[in-house]
Amino acid sequence: MKKQNLSYLDSVHKDGLVWGLALFALIFLFPIACCLIFWTLPNWEGLWKGLIAVAPMYWAVALVEVFTYVPMLGAGGAYLSFVTGNISNLKLPCALNAMEIANVKPTSEEGEIISTISIAVSSIVTTLIIIIGICLIVPLTPVLQSPALSVAFEQLLPALFGGLGIVFVSKNVKLAIFPIILMLVLFIAVPALDAGMVGIMVPVGVIFTLIVARIMYKKGLI
Amino acid sequence: MDFNVNSVMLFALVAVIVLVVLGQSVYFLYKALKRAKQIGISKSVIKKTITSSATFTIAPAVSILVGVISLSVSLGIPLPWLRLSVVGSLSYETVAAGATLESMGLSTANQVLDPSVFVTVAFVMTIGIALGLFLVPILTKRIQKGMVKLEKRDKRWMEIFNSAMFLGMISAFLGFVFCDVTNLFRSSEWLALKGISRTSCLIPVFVMLTSAITMIILGLLSKKTKKRWITDYALPISLIIGMASAIPFTAWLA
Repeated sequence: MKKQNLSYLDSVHKDGLVWGLALFALIFLFPIACCLIFWTLPNWEGLWKGLIAVAPMYWAVALVEVFTYVPMLGAGGAYLSFVTGNISNLKLPCALNAMEIANVKPTSEEGEIISTISIAVSSIVTTLIIIIGICLIVPLTPVLQSPALSVAFEQLLPALFGGLGIVFVSKNVKLAIFPIILMLVLFIAVPALDAGMVGIMVPVGVIFTLIVARIMYKKGLI
Repeated sequence: MDFNVNSVMLFALVAVIVLVVLGQSVYFLYKALKRAKQIGISKSVIKKTITSSATFTIAPAVSILVGVISLSVSLGIPLPWLRLSVVGSLSYETVAAGATLESMGLSTANQVLDPSVFVTVAFVMTIGIALGLFLVPILTKRIQKGMVKLEKRDKRWMEIFNSAMFLGMISAFLGFVFCDVTNLFRSSEWLALKGISRTSCLIPVFVMLTSAITMIILGLLSKKTKKRWITDYALPISLIIGMASAIPFTAWLA
């Protein structure tokens, strides 16, 4: 059992490495192919300025995200999520919910498998919905951009984390109190923290909660 | 070839890349299903995982589609389709495209007509998100090994460690829901200048509460009626009801 367990995880890592690096090369195919098809080169000044504006911040976020999300997603889930994106607003809540329903621990092999299945299904469904949407873009655009639906989509994150939050907070009330207070204070008191900053605050929340958890665990409070 | 943001060639190129990405998901799904069978995870659990994950995904996926549509104004359909199907998220892609276009004196409100501008935006978007894609294959195994070591040393702490990570993430999003509540105490001039109402900052708070209350009611209902399927679909139902509640709340508070 133990040996088989290792071999499954090892093969996930091996496949993850091959797929991951292949896809890394593949995403550069698009801009390079565009240059060849339209026989043009990038505007170097625009490229440089654009990269200066976004790359330092997004690379720093990416680095922190890898260390924050990989332990939560499991191996298979991580290899898939970092390719298909939308981790905090879709893939991770989806996997958490699936593990909760299946009643498996994230650290067990069952957890690893349920998380992988959940994220794979979620990625496939997302891709298919976008393909269908693009095929039907002409009739769909006025519907999706109607005032009522825009208002509803704007509130996707509060609706998502209201439902997910109540499940996890009610199961770990003691552990949840301090991080929730910290985040409330930060988001309310610091005007610079807005919707665009929530991705950066996730690692802050995670690290703070881990420290609090360690102290409470050592003191025998949890 | 004549340039057009919606050129057939671009669609074909993106379709190939999206198919490969889809292939990866299908491959890992097949692998996990095979392993699930080997270690005896019951068919009903697998079925539940698949149906609940698929149902839950619908609303967020449609919101990603909305992102593709909004970016398609300036960049056409193929590039946003690619960027939001592989790694991207709407907030990042909008910023990356906007910053690059602005640096060349253009904006996301108009369609890009120059192929050189188009490839510049495509390069910036791609290089910006590439790091995560590169780091995960290299670091995941090491991070997971560290986790296994930690678990061997102290199983109970490992469980707390996991819960703490999830709660850390959730608390950041709960904090974000309240990020504008200080508007309640702002001067009327400030609010008029920004063009927002005093109470509009409460919309996300009420939406979150609606979703949380729905989740509690569904949980109780499932226990009382002993119908497990209610729990399986509780999160997607709460999500939809929460989002739908935004419509009357906005009419009332905005």
